[in-house]
Amino acid sequence: MRLTDNEKQMLDGTHGEGVQKAMELLVALGKSFDAEKLIPVSRAHVALSGQEGDTYWCQLLVDGGAHCKVIPSTNPAWDVEGLSKVYDVTKEEKELGERTIDVYRRIGARLSFCCTPELAGNVPSFGEHVAFSESSATPYVNAVLGARSNRESSCSALASAVTGVTPLYGYHIDENRAGTMLVEVEHQPDEAYDWGILGYYIGKFVGNHVPVISFRDLHRRPSPEELLYLGAEMATSGCVGMYHVLGITPEAVSREVAFQGKTPQEILLVTKKDIARQEEELSEKGGKINLVMLGCPHYSYEQLRELSLLIKNRRVHRDVAFWVLTSFDAIELARRSGDLEVIENAGCRLVPDTCIDEPCWKSFEGGLGVTDSPKCMYYRDRRGQPFVLRRLSECIDAAEKGEV
Amino acid sequence: MREKEYSCRSIVKGKVAGEAIVSKEAMCFYLCDPETGTVIEKNHPLKGRSIANKILVLQSGKGSSVVQVDGFYQMSVKGNLPLGIIVGEIEPVLVSAAVVVETPMVDRVETDPFEIIADGDWVEIDTDTEKIKVTKNQDS
Repeated sequence: MRLTDNEKQMLDGTHGEGVQKAMELLVALGKSFDAEKLIPVSRAHVALSGQEGDTYWCQLLVDGGAHCKVIPSTNPAWDVEGLSKVYDVTKEEKELGERTIDVYRRIGARLSFCCTPELAGNVPSFGEHVAFSESSATPYVNAVLGARSNRESSCSALASAVTGVTPLYGYHIDENRAGTMLVEVEHQPDEAYDWGILGYYIGKFVGNHVPVISFRDLHRRPSPEELLYLGAEMATSGCVGMYHVLGITPEAVSREVAFQGKTPQEILLVTKKDIARQEEELSEKGGKINLVMLGCPHYSYEQLRELSLLIKNRRVHRDVAFWVLTSFDAIELARRSGDLEVIENAGCRLVPDTCIDEPCWKSFEGGLGVTDSPKCMYYRDRRGQPFVLRRLSECIDAAEKGEV
Repeated sequence: MREKEYSCRSIVKGKVAGEAIVSKEAMCFYLCDPETGTVIEKNHPLKGRSIANKILVLQSGKGSSVVQVDGFYQMSVKGNLPLGIIVGEIEPVLVSAAVVVETPMVDRVETDPFEIIADGDWVEIDTDTEKIKVTKNQDS
């Protein structure tokens, strides 16, 4: 790999040990993908997890004198201050949570603690080279925004934030962004939830392909949230980092353009029946519930508004906790705009800075939950809480009854 | 000659030597017991055997970036990581994890590493010269 003099200095330790470690990671990655050089990135998003290994890496860099050149936005871990008062967490879990916040603050990250920075707060432009980790964010910045990112890990994204560069390979290169698989879908999904189910279904078949999704009948432009759910779920059941929606996403103005003149190597046909079967397959059977959990990925302000319209004058059952995971700025908007009062009056709570896959939720484990997100279901299941999958309006019905 | 040298490519730098353990299957280090370095993944060919402080000849890595890095980290805290890793098929998550905990790693050995290295052989890795030296086990 060819390095500039400045990059060589970063690698040989002239700029300190932290920068050197970060550079070692990027050079090792570049080598393994046969990248010819490093290129500058103008944005980064670090999918910190709050797990030991991840926090250790950030601490290693910052204690080695590294500071972010490109200010990265950050994923949520959990709202240590707020939730540790409400739920049981061990001393070690709380300390790790606090240490995570501390090291990311010291390294100069933007402590947004939100997993959807691409919707608000850290939005790349068309053609911009960026380093975005978080499996739901990467496909969105590539497909919907037309920016360029590989599927970074939180470690490699932080390394790019610290050095300002990433190896040139994968989705940074034109030809690797071409569609290779045609997905023909019979119908347009109704709401974000249905786009998620569709994404989950498609993701199972994609493998290493770049899917081009073609709707037979697209009667309106999908919302950002709908496209976000599509990509998030394709990246849950598969490892999709780039896709196209014909006539919608910027690099798919026509079939010719989306496939860069080539013939699709594979074709997948998706019928209404396939989606109905997928929905049924995913969900647990009903019963009494102890938790309704929405916001995986984080709910946007628009989704909070939708929630407030549906939940107005209703009441969450006393045996049920209803949590919506979202960003601190969406909560502030909801407060100013009058939605928060309606939501809280119904017995539903909003929490910032928090992911579904964290120790603060363990008191619900063993019980049954309801969510509108297959991704939430998938990760919570590993922690011992099964979930019933329902659309938003039905989640609210379940919250009121205490069962589904 | 029971001792032979082969060229390789340096991915994560370092100079180490130890006894070889070979896994033709990919591995997720999250599925090792950090206390002992023992593989605990169901149906893995190395299940029940320890990779701690050995030279691991590994086909490839698998699993999400978060869990792989955490797995490496937990093992490194307990001093139970392999000393070095010779990889058949390199992939980004495995590379990231090895850099984070500073485990020397090489790939592209001039001859298929699974042909030239067996369990119990003595293997030296030197990433400065980009060479590995294999001394066959006298008992094999």
